[in-house]
Amino acid sequence: MADSTKDILIKPIFRNNPIALQILGICSALAVTTKLETAIVMSIAVTMVTALSSAAVALIRNVIPNSIRIIVQMTVIATLVILVDQFLRAYFFSISKQMSVLVGLIITNCIVMGRAEGFAMKNDPAASFWDGIGNGLGYSFVLLAVATIRELLGKGQLLGFQVLATGPDGFYVPNGLMLLPPSAFFLIGGIIWTIRTFDKKQVEAE
Amino acid sequence: MQRDSVKQTFVVASCLCLVCSVLVSTAAVVLRPTQQENKTLDIQKNILKVAGVLDENKPIAGQFAAVQTELIWLKEGTVVTEEDAKHEKLDLRTYDARKASKLAEYSDAVEPAGSLPQISRRERFAYVYLLKKGDGSLDQIILPIYGKGLWSTLYGFLSVDADTKTIRGITFYEHGETPGLGGEVDNPGWKALWNGKQAYGEDGKTPVIAVAKGASGDHQIDALSGATITSNGVTSLVQYWLGPDGFGPYLGRVRAAAAQTADSSQSTSNEGGSNG
Repeated sequence: MADSTKDILIKPIFRNNPIALQILGICSALAVTTKLETAIVMSIAVTMVTALSSAAVALIRNVIPNSIRIIVQMTVIATLVILVDQFLRAYFFSISKQMSVLVGLIITNCIVMGRAEGFAMKNDPAASFWDGIGNGLGYSFVLLAVATIRELLGKGQLLGFQVLATGPDGFYVPNGLMLLPPSAFFLIGGIIWTIRTFDKKQVEAE
Repeated sequence: MQRDSVKQTFVVASCLCLVCSVLVSTAAVVLRPTQQENKTLDIQKNILKVAGVLDENKPIAGQFAAVQTELIWLKEGTVVTEEDAKHEKLDLRTYDARKASKLAEYSDAVEPAGSLPQISRRERFAYVYLLKKGDGSLDQIILPIYGKGLWSTLYGFLSVDADTKTIRGITFYEHGETPGLGGEVDNPGWKALWNGKQAYGEDGKTPVIAVAKGASGDHQIDALSGATITSNGVTSLVQYWLGPDGFGPYLGRVRAAAAQTADSSQSTSNEGGSNG
């Protein structure tokens, strides 16, 4: 294993971002980013699930029969997602209500599965854990950036606090488009463009 | 043991399933009481909210103590007593109106069919919540309502003044409408439009309150832009629940009781007058 822990942790944030370079996990990036609050919770949930599922898969990687490896990974991931969902329902009720089915849909987030199959099956648990955290942070970075812009421009708020004055006395007219799913596509496109402008290596060969 | 042998495959799969199922069921069992409590608190919070008396900084349970809960028989509009409950095999402590609407023995067909679009049965007994004024007289009646929007069933509360005709507030605590369009049923600005509207037409019995484009007058609330189907759904469900198959009979009884009290107090004062 050539990469140090620090590399494993930092690389997925800009140089190998799961959303920006690998274009994974887009659906949830559209759905939970109308508000910063839900985006933060989603980021933490996905990071935890990716890290723990990668570590768990890496731990048993030498006994997993090849024929059922995807099913085994799926089971581990699904278990962790249910635990996260139950935990949110018990302790962060209002947030879990806003996110509704999207917490359950972390199971189908390609980033989690991708790291389990692509990294954890070949590496030891510690490295896999940090890889999961790193990719979770990469995902979080894009999610939080998109959510900040959407909540600010769409409602003039951040974390529910009014930042730009709206309403009859305010100067700011909220941009309703920002609250609709297409705006997340534009913003993610913008982020990918920015990253690739500074890091030419990420541009696909024509 | 060979890694890819049939035996190993079975052993690994079984062990994994066992470990995962233990984890999941433990979490579900341990966290259930907290989750139930959250749900109850959330409903209480919404009842206080629709009544316009919610203070976010105080504990919900304490504030909810001022609200009186009654289970009523929708068809007759009467309060379900302990005896009725025994007769109908109801457990008053655990009765859940939402579950009951899905059980054949505790639900009735919606009459006339189609008056609550896409829903064919509703619960036979429903809770109403009464909020009293400081002097003990009735302030407002909070009714649970639900019905279909575009994508989902909207669940909420409607608050009616003690006169049983004036709307005091509306709120939806659960729905899956499009955020930004139908989801605007949560918009405080839109909800505020309901306050003070008149629910019934001239005969005092037929609900005419409606969500309509270019609303005007006492019976209409401005529609949500870009959400015609959600708006129509809200109209149907509010009219249904205020109508004869919903809480109409109950509200009629409240009205009659209020009229009687008014009459008797008037006759009392008349007597007083003749004596003097």
